[in-house]
Amino acid sequence: MLRTSVIVFPGSNCDRDVKVAIERITGFPVTMVWHGDASVPASDLIVLPGGFSYGDYLRCGAMAAHSPIMRDVIAKAKAGTPVLGICNGFQVLCEAGLLPGVLMRNASLKFICRDVHLKVENAKTFFTQCYREGQVIKVPIAHAEGNYFADADTIGRLEDEDRVVFRYSDADGNVSPETCPNGAQRNIAGICSADGRILGMMPHPERLYELALGGTDGRRIFESAVVSLAAAA
Amino acid sequence: MKARIKITLKNGVLDPQGKAIQGALGALGFSGVDDVRQGKYIEVALAEMDEAKAKDAVERMCKDLLANTVIENYSYELVS
Repeated sequence: MLRTSVIVFPGSNCDRDVKVAIERITGFPVTMVWHGDASVPASDLIVLPGGFSYGDYLRCGAMAAHSPIMRDVIAKAKAGTPVLGICNGFQVLCEAGLLPGVLMRNASLKFICRDVHLKVENAKTFFTQCYREGQVIKVPIAHAEGNYFADADTIGRLEDEDRVVFRYSDADGNVSPETCPNGAQRNIAGICSADGRILGMMPHPERLYELALGGTDGRRIFESAVVSLAAAA
Repeated sequence: MKARIKITLKNGVLDPQGKAIQGALGALGFSGVDDVRQGKYIEVALAEMDEAKAKDAVERMCKDLLANTVIENYSYELVS
């Protein structure tokens, strides 16, 4: 059994995509939770979906991070409930202080919507254990604010603690400024918490989970969650 | 009482929007624009009449929501 809650903010637009993806991949129903609710039902997994919560007013993710539901999301995350933030969800996790750093405007100032290659840098986390370390996967990005920034100390800590989970690379896994679509420091596409149970990533794994969509590289995020939970049970 | 709040990017944080504005100013024929940094200006009308209390509130507003202190600085003035 996998009990997943997807938090829906005004302006979320990938909430249904991720619900359908998780239901098809895992076979278990997903609960949608409105941002104005006071608490998240008992969950094995909480997902903050992509979109433009609150129209990206002030800063992307800033208003959503203070939504009523986030108090309980933060409490549950700190108590160990795994949380996956995709795209806008990653921005919300940073603004809520569950992950360090911030997602700034893309260096090109353009909204970028295309498939990118990612190098899996850490295949030991709750969300990545079904990948291989160093594996190159193809997943789409669709964002204007994916330019990851943190101060030098924070970047150093993330690297030392092996918390950079995905980096933008080429098809062969080479990581260079040329393979970074948005200006993110160290080509960072996704980072996790110290215990690996909170993952924020700009790319959209829920958009490539079956061949009809053009690829399946995204499914292992969700399969990893199922395997991790089964191992813990 | 009104708080006039300015939010600016910290030194060293890249500002692609500022760069784009600088480029546009150059294209319009304004020469000698060495750098452009952009930010936000926010006005908050406060019922609070006590300056110390108002200052305390605005400080918390900036820290909790209005600025992201990872990349931004804030400053403000209170006017009655």
